[in-house]
Parts: sequence; C-alpha cells; structure tokens
Amino acid sequence: MDPAVVDLSRLQFALTALYHFLFVPLTLGLSFMLVIMESVYVMTKRPIWRTTTRFWGTLFGINFVLGVATGLTMEFQFGMNWSYYSHYVGDIFGAPLAIEGLMAFFLEATFVGLMFFGWDKLRPVTHLLVTFLVALGTNLSALWILVANGWMQNPVGAAFNPDTLRMEVTDFRAVLFNPVAQAKFVHTVSAGYTIAAVFVLGVSAWYLLKGRYVSVAKRSLTVAAAFGLASSLSVVVLGDESGYALTDNQKMKLAALEAMWETEPAPAGLTAFGIPDLKARETHAEIKIPYVLGLIATRSLDRPVAGIFELVAQAETRIESGVVAYDALQTLKANPKDLAARGVFETHRRDLGYALLLKRHVADPRTADKALIQKAAWETVPNVPVMFWSFRIMAGIGFLMIALFATAFVLAALRRQNTRWFLMIAVAAIPLPWISTELGWVLAEVGRQPWAVEGVLPTFLAPSSLSVAQILTSIVVFTLLYGALAVVEVGLILRTIKKGPFAEQEAFPSGPPGVLAAPAGEAVA
Amino acid sequence: MELPLDYPTLRLIWWGLLGVLLIGFALTDGYDMGVGALLPFVARTDEERRMVINTVGATWEGNQVWFITGGAAIFAAWPLVYGVSFSGFYLAIFLVLVAMILRPVGFKYRSKRPDPRWRAFWDWALFTGGFVPVLVFGVAVGNVLQGAPFKLDGDLRATYHGAFFGLFTPFTLVCGLLSVAMLALHGAAWLGIKAEAGVVQDRARRFGTAAAIASLLLFLVGGLLATRLGFRIEGAFDPAAPSNPLRMATVAAPGAWFDNFGRHPWMLAAPALGFGGAVLALLGLWRRSAPLAFGGSSASAAGIVATVGLSMFPFILPSTIDPRSSLTVWNASSSHLTLFIMLIVVVVLMPVVLLYTAWVFKVLWGRTSTAALKTDPALY
Repeated sequence: MDPAVVDLSRLQFALTALYHFLFVPLTLGLSFMLVIMESVYVMTKRPIWRTTTRFWGTLFGINFVLGVATGLTMEFQFGMNWSYYSHYVGDIFGAPLAIEGLMAFFLEATFVGLMFFGWDKLRPVTHLLVTFLVALGTNLSALWILVANGWMQNPVGAAFNPDTLRMEVTDFRAVLFNPVAQAKFVHTVSAGYTIAAVFVLGVSAWYLLKGRYVSVAKRSLTVAAAFGLASSLSVVVLGDESGYALTDNQKMKLAALEAMWETEPAPAGLTAFGIPDLKARETHAEIKIPYVLGLIATRSLDRPVAGIFELVAQAETRIESGVVAYDALQTLKANPKDLAARGVFETHRRDLGYALLLKRHVADPRTADKALIQKAAWETVPNVPVMFWSFRIMAGIGFLMIALFATAFVLAALRRQNTRWFLMIAVAAIPLPWISTELGWVLAEVGRQPWAVEGVLPTFLAPSSLSVAQILTSIVVFTLLYGALAVVEVGLILRTIKKGPFAEQEAFPSGPPGVLAAPAGEAVA
Repeated sequence: MELPLDYPTLRLIWWGLLGVLLIGFALTDGYDMGVGALLPFVARTDEERRMVINTVGATWEGNQVWFITGGAAIFAAWPLVYGVSFSGFYLAIFLVLVAMILRPVGFKYRSKRPDPRWRAFWDWALFTGGFVPVLVFGVAVGNVLQGAPFKLDGDLRATYHGAFFGLFTPFTLVCGLLSVAMLALHGAAWLGIKAEAGVVQDRARRFGTAAAIASLLLFLVGGLLATRLGFRIEGAFDPAAPSNPLRMATVAAPGAWFDNFGRHPWMLAAPALGFGGAVLALLGLWRRSAPLAFGGSSASAAGIVATVGLSMFPFILPSTIDPRSSLTVWNASSSHLTLFIMLIVVVVLMPVVLLYTAWVFKVLWGRTSTAALKTDPALY
C-alpha cells in the first residue's frame, strides 16, 4: 500500500466521522428532551409546553438533516475508501449496519416527517408516540453502529476462514452482546444527552439574560438541569473504561492514555498529571492518585494494570506466533486440503493479524528478523501524548459538566433560575461538551491504532487501492462542502434562536419576530 | 450448527432481496428524486415550487432509507461486491454522495429564509440531488452490465484499472438516460396523485408523457446494445462452495445476457413489465387517471430493474480483465451463517417497517394545496 493513500484515507475518515458526530449527539439527546417536554404538554395540556416542544423541535430539525446528510458518507465510504477492510470483515461488520438501517433508520426517518407535519393531523398522545419513536430510532441507530465499532475494538465471535481469506462470524450472539460495545453505547448516548442538555441550558440561559421568552426559557432550563445532571453523571460513572481490561489493545489503550510505561502493581494509582517522554519511554513530573486506576480499569484493588513495556513484550510473542499462522495459510492457499497445515493454522489462527503488522516493512512476514519483529511490536503502541492529553481534557470537561448541572439543578429547585453569573457560565459552556465528545472519539480510534480491527487487520492494509489524486479530490470537496454547510447550519440555528419560540406559531410570511403570537404578559425584547 | 436453509438457497434468496431493495428504492425514493429533477421545469414561481416540494417533503426521508439500507445490505450479504464496486466507481459514487448530501439540507433549509437568491440556490440543490444520483446510478448499472476492469490478487485485494471518464460509453449513457426518464416519469406520476390540479399538474403531465416515450425508446435501444454484452461461467462449479472468486473461471460471451430468457421464458415477464408499465403510464397521463399513471410508472421501474438482474444472473459484477475475478451469486456472498441470521432479521423487521410506513402515508394522505402553504407554518 502507498503510505500516502493510507494517510489520506485515514484523514478523510477522521474528518467526515468527526464532522458527522458534531450533529449526531445533539440528535440523540434532543430527541428524548422533546419527548420529555411533549409528555408534560400531553399531561398538563398547557399550550406553553407545546410551544416549547415545537421550538426545540425546529432546532432539532435543522441539526437532524445534517446528521442524515453526513451519515450518507459514513455508510458508503467503507466500500469507497476501505474496500479491503469491507471484504476482510464485511461478513461480521456489515450485519449491524444493515440491521441499523432496518431497525433504526427506517423508524426515525419515517416518523420524523410526521413529527414535523403531523401536529394538526394527530391526537396529542399519538403525536407524542411519534416523537418517541423518532427518539427511539435515533438511539437504536447509536446502538447498532456501536455494536459495529465495538467489534473493531474487541472482535469477538469471529474467526479467519482460510478458504475465503477473510473473517467470518462464528458466534453472532457474542458480537451482539460484546461488553465493549455495551460500555460504548451507554457512554456515547449519555454524552449525547449531555450535549443536548448543555445546548438547551445555554440557549435558555441566553434568553433569561436578555429577559426574552422567559416562560419558555425557565421551563426549558429546568428540564435541561434535571436531564443534564442524570446524563453527565452517567457519562462519567458509566464511562468507557469498563472495557479496558478486556483485550491486549484495550489494555494498551489504557496504558497509553495513562502514559504508563511500567506495569502498575495493585492497587494501581491514576496519573492526574505528567509529561510523557516518547524518546526516554517514561513520564516526567507525575502526580498520582492512589487506588483510582485499579478501581476504574479492573473494578478491583487487588489486580495490577499492565504497562506499555509488558504489553509490547506480549505483542512480540504474538507476532512470532502469527508468522507461523501466516506460513500455514500460504500452504493452505496452494492446497486447501493440506490437513497438517490446517492443524498448524488452527493453533496459531488468533495471532494471524499480528503477522500482518510486519507487512508494513516486508512483503512476506516470514522473512522478518528479530529486530524487525521488535520494531513492529513497538508499533502497537498508539500515540501516547495525543492519548494522554485527549483523555485529560475529555474527562476534565466531563467533571465540569457534572458541576454545571448540579448547580443548575439546585438553582432550578430553589426557583432562582435568574442567577446572572450562572447564566453567563451556562452560555459560555455550550461548546465544551462537543470538544469532549470529539476527543472521546479521538481516544477510541487513535487508541485502536495500529489496528483497523484489533489483533485482526492493521489499518495500513485496510484501504482501497485508490490513487492519491482521487482521495485528494474527495477530501477537498468534502472539506469545502462540509465547511459551507456548517456555516449555513450555525447561521440558521442562531437565526431561529433570535426569532424565538413564538415565530413558528404563525404562518409565513412572518411579521416582526416574536411579536404576533406572544401571549400577554410575555417579555418580548 | 445445521441451518434449516442450505447455502445455495440462501444465496439465491439474498440475490432476490438485493433486487427487492433496489426496486424498493426505485419505487419510493425514485419518485422523490424524479420530483427533484422536474422541480425547476414543472414549477416556476416560489409558490408552485413550495407546493411541489411539499408533495414529498414529509415522506422523502423515510424513502431514502431504502437507498441507505440497500447499501448496508450489500455490505452485509455481498461484502466483495460492496467493496469492489464502491471503490472501483469511486469518483462516480462520490458525485452521488455530494448530490445526495445537498438534498436533505435543501428540503429543510430552503423555507427558512424568504430571500429569493437563497431559495433559488436550494432549488438548484434539490434539482441536483434528484437528477445527478439517478443519472449516475443508471450509468453505473450500465457499467455493471458491461463488466468492470478490476482484478483480485491472491489475498482478494481488488485493484481497479479504469478511469472516471471510461465509465461513459454510448451504452452506459443510454442506461443513465433511461434511469432519468424512468424516474422522471415516476415523479411526474406522483405529482398527479399528490399535487393540486392546475398548471403544475398540466406541466407534469407533459414532461411525464415525454419521459414515458423516452423510457420506451431507451429501454429498447439499451436492449439492442446489450446483445453485444454478456459473460458465462466456465466449467463446473459448486453453488455451495466457499466465497472465493479465485476458484471460479468466467469468460466474456457476447449475447450471453439473453441466455436466461431463452432458458426460462417466464423471465420475459420482467422486460414485458418494463415496456407495458410505461405504456400504461402513458395511457394514464393521457386519460388523466393518476392511479393508472403511477401504477404504470411503478410497474415500469420495477420491470426495468428486474430485467437487469435477471439477464445477468448469476453474475453480479463481471470483470473484463480477469476471468478469475468476476463476482457472482455463488462466489461473492457472506458466510452461510451470516446470510441466515440476516434473513431472519429481514423477515422479522421488514413487515414492521412496511406496516408503519403505510400508516404514516395514510395519515399524510391528501393533495398538497397552495392554500395550505399560507396557513400551515410547518410546511416547507
């Protein structure tokens, strides 16, 4: 593989995936907040809750379409840019994507139109059900895509088939109930709920600061405070780390984000701060919090947490075993009926992917010497400083969110929503959870390197055989298109917020924003 | 584990399901795209355009899932087909993506501002989002019928040895135009059902009539040109063999795409439906019978897609440069277990999807009127 093609393919995937995930989490969380608000409307029958629901629904819609539009790219670029990956693991990886389409996309996309156009065509309870089905659809979609992604991090229930030269499903139940996927699902949707809560909280706070649309803003702020407190606690407590003790790569990911070179004996301590040094392979100026890492990673105080040196040594052993599997596979390719070779292959099959790591340096892994094997073993360490700092910023913002929502919750309970210093903080906090979730994906995916699928397929073998010019074309056009759409989207969101919750109540063409339909006594700036 | 269905049967079923998904896409999102492609021509004023957009505004999103799920189903059931075709036709698929990205945004954002330049831009986006994908899909199907210049190496890694402009030959252009004509007809027929009577419907009927005639001619010309195309499998093969194209040999055989119709004359029902449906649609447009026109255009689209699939069977994507790389029903599928599990998923979920989709269409039933645009703030 041309290294430039590999790098550009990765760049395009990173750009389009991170961009896609600017819109998805807001969809995940806001859809359920709409359900909550509309439930209050259905129960109390007070029109202000209907107005509130429809207002956030309008913002939901502006955001939703970009999630859909950029999701198209995600669905098709596996085949476009990662065709060897598609062949190699499609037997497993394609299934959750297809189920996502059948179970989740049809649901959300069929009902989202009715959600917007059905207000006057449906009874309130039925419309609430429709809104709920949209929320269910978006969240089911997250479930299936994380089953797919979880499998890349922890490829259970599958084995390499030497006849078809690819991975095939052996146990679908294991793929479905992959513990890494489950941890990821809870963590990711909680992050989405937190983003939506911060968004609603921040926009409501802005209205309260300006003294506009107070009736809607106060109610929204209260919903956001409760919803946000629960979600931000969930995102931190039910973090992704529960899956970090499971596989060698997951352990390596943990060691890298901790910049933990030596194995940490039980009870393992957490590094709160430090400066990782790649050359010396040590971390300077460490400040450690005792016990915490052991609790997070092993859910115990009596188990050690493996460090980078130990994991690299294990990788070396697995590469050597993988070369034996690779050798047997070459025999099987020429003669599928060679029973001796099949026996050897079965014994070493789970390390085949490790032999493929050598292909970065030699065409035939069997020709690699000890030094090269050591080099490849060290290449199983992901980018330590990126991991180390991403994790600290992500987790730091996570704790900030808990503090923000705890404060909001207390203020809302005391009916002191108009506390100015807090409102200003709430507005300023809007971008923070987005930074945090994007870094979460950086951690998950940079941390998975050098693997496309952990222990199975190295990333540098996974792309399509495209030319640099082809990928450059798509990267440039995607960047321009996505950039322009981001500007338009943010512009429309701001415009809708400025027009306020009552603008949607009247027919187009509209009069002065917010004036026509605002109920008596409503403060309109 | 012994599965209740054998491997060849499951492969056959999944080949059929691939057809069902493609036809589902053509019949549902097909008219949305047709309406998009007709938008600038059948609707001139802003009010007319809003009316046309709102005939599909509430339902296009669910329809588009046929496309997305179709792609994912190819990934799950035919991973090699998914990888080889999407990477081989890279820039063409990329063009489709760009056009299709503009579509959701166009529907949602157009009505957000009254500025005429803003609206004109999104009109253009909606036209592009309807026209370009339909044209490229047709061209792509043409290339699949011709065979594509790709080769699989010993590890089943695909390399493609053609260029973007090589995709366009007289035959593939005919296929592309047929695709546009077929779905423009379908879109015009939809407007007959969903748009209020008036100038827009009259224009739609005129464009629909032209599209129906073009469909008939292009389908005929495409069929004639296709007599020079075709591939055959060489030697014996085992339909239950592991999916490995390297173990099967194929050969280019001009005319072979007509073999199946000779062997199984019932298959001629597909092209008959393609022609007959277009004639019925034409009749419906003349006699101002919207159900007849829409039924005809649906039958025609289904017949044309089925004709392509049946004529190529068991080929899915033949290679023009390597006899041991062609992808067929018998050498490019997922494993026996995956096909079985995914079939259960489809059997359980598809009826549910169809049921609630029907309910949503029932709730939203009725013509879109220009009067409603003034009173309903939810409309685009």
